[in-house]
Amino acid sequence: MTAPTTGTLDQVKAPTTTGVRGGRRPSWRRRWLRRDLLGVLPFFVFVAIFLFIPTLVVIIGAFAGDDGRPTLDNISALADGYIVDAFVRSITLSAVTAVLGAAIGALVGYAVVTAGPDSLVRRIVTSACGVLAQFGGVTLAFAFIATIGLSGFVTVFLHDHLGIDIFAGGVWLFDLPGLVLVYTYFQIPLMVIVFLPALDGIRPQWRDATESLGGSTWYYWRHVAGPLLAPAFLGSTLLLFANAFSAYATAAALVSQGSPIVPLQIRSALTSEVLLGRENLGKAMALGMVVVVALVMWLYGLLQRRTTRWLD
Amino acid sequence: MRFSIARGTALVAVTAAMVGLSACSPPSSNNEAAASDAAKATNAAALGGIDKLVEAAKKEGALNVIALPPDWANYGEITKAFTAKYGITVNSAQPDASSQDEINAAKQLKGQGGAPDVFDLGASVALANTATFAPYQVTTWNDIPAALKDASGTWVNDYGGYMSIGYDSSKVPAPTSIADLLKPEYKGKVALNGDPTQAGAAFNGVVAASLGNGGSADDISKGVDFFGQLKKSGNFLPVDPTPATIESGQTPVVFDWDYLNVAQGAKLKGKVDWKTVVPANAVLGSYYVQAINADAPHPAAARLWQEFLYSDEGQNLWLKGGARPVRADAMKTAGTLDNALFQALPAVSGTPVFLTDAQTKSANDYLAANWAKAIG
Repeated sequence: MTAPTTGTLDQVKAPTTTGVRGGRRPSWRRRWLRRDLLGVLPFFVFVAIFLFIPTLVVIIGAFAGDDGRPTLDNISALADGYIVDAFVRSITLSAVTAVLGAAIGALVGYAVVTAGPDSLVRRIVTSACGVLAQFGGVTLAFAFIATIGLSGFVTVFLHDHLGIDIFAGGVWLFDLPGLVLVYTYFQIPLMVIVFLPALDGIRPQWRDATESLGGSTWYYWRHVAGPLLAPAFLGSTLLLFANAFSAYATAAALVSQGSPIVPLQIRSALTSEVLLGRENLGKAMALGMVVVVALVMWLYGLLQRRTTRWLD
Repeated sequence: MRFSIARGTALVAVTAAMVGLSACSPPSSNNEAAASDAAKATNAAALGGIDKLVEAAKKEGALNVIALPPDWANYGEITKAFTAKYGITVNSAQPDASSQDEINAAKQLKGQGGAPDVFDLGASVALANTATFAPYQVTTWNDIPAALKDASGTWVNDYGGYMSIGYDSSKVPAPTSIADLLKPEYKGKVALNGDPTQAGAAFNGVVAASLGNGGSADDISKGVDFFGQLKKSGNFLPVDPTPATIESGQTPVVFDWDYLNVAQGAKLKGKVDWKTVVPANAVLGSYYVQAINADAPHPAAARLWQEFLYSDEGQNLWLKGGARPVRADAMKTAGTLDNALFQALPAVSGTPVFLTDAQTKSANDYLAANWAKAIG
């Protein structure tokens, strides 16, 4: 059986014997039973189990009270000072590490591209980035604790040999500044990986053409390479934002006092043995996170449209 | 595109298998009639005496416990002793979990063989979840003071202790009161066992700090203010203390239950000189709670575990871990309490304070609203 090359509705013969009202429209059932859709079925099942159902659970829970009755209490509790603060800090942390990671990662990526496609440098850097971008959670937190923690070997070395106390102003590693540092550490390699293909698309001939036509380096970046790379750069930055915004294990392993960011507030709502009955507040916070990411995606869509206009 | 029937069927089969895998839960262990008898038994006599209970428990052959760190109130030795005595395997899950995690696990694993059989909970979590417990009265029921148990045996206090300050005497001077900890000698050295809005031990640390700073069981604001000052002076250390941080000297001063600090000292003997003091003007006591999961996969073993914990042997094992067992007074009278161990407990002077449920609740609410501000 061959599939139609273009799947527009009017090409499909309307069924003559089925009881579908009107008869002008095709029977969707017939289309669904198409064997070529079976190929997509596992994907749909996967999405349903791991994305759709959990999202539904979160949304339903966010609007349910402890007794299971619908309520807006959890949503209105999101306006509490400490939760608003957590959202602000989460967004700030994600934005700062995304921008830092994107800027540094783009520069590293550019350096790698100029080294040539088959060079040893490129192979080493991409392999290292592949490993480090996935190096998160407890292992990463422990690596930092062992290196620059209170008894970390760098901390002790600086203290004993150079008289520098990196924690003189407080133990910042276990607070927001520490999270910025550790998050940036896994953001940079991720940026390199996702941004390299875009950089590979920039042809050296374009630069030559710009220069032979009298354009300066600034002109080339401003009018040729910049606009070409902008959509990819913005998209990658957004991915980094989402990556940091949803990161949990790294922060959970580092921060034991207080819950500065939203994922840790959700942990507290689900597992606290002191403040009870806040499971659904946790789901409301999760819903809040979904909304934030959705807004960022929408913003990205707007930007994409703008940037494609520049390219036309 | 061409699409062969064989491949289509394979895909459907794979998909079906995936759905099947995610939809089935592992079978629960055993559902014999004996198990249902044990699940309904509210005391050993209902099963025909302790011997019959032992027999039923041995048949089950396993006990699932949760959130019992081996170095917490001597639980490591207690589980070993239980296995040695009855030949029942103890499966210990998530040793570092919180009380709320125990309840969550019971909910999520309901009807499965891996669900927890018994709980060891903080009082507030226990009282909020009594509907999920099976009432049971141990053989030594009458020795337990009435104030420390639910009349029907739905929950029973098991062991308690006092909030204490553990300190590494080679690194810091001995604190004589809680206010001492604001001195510059303690800069960057004072840790709480957990976050007070999440962990019971840390919460009680804040309450004790309040008692030591002119507050009361009804007013913990002084405790929150104290930790705020501690943070401002740079003395507060935002690190979760573990045996490793204590041994490596990262957390030289730790607010924790006296039995936990005492156990640390015993464990690190010869490496760290870890001393425990219960501050004189701030004696805050609290008992933990035992309960049986109503949906326990091993109902007989769960009940035998309770019998073991509340036997003289079990109570003395808790005492060995520095905890004060609930039957201590009755056993003292009967002469079955291990006096050497009892004398070795940290000295307590002054009237111990125990929070009521109402006081706990209002303290929790105050903490939820103000802790982040004080420490942030």
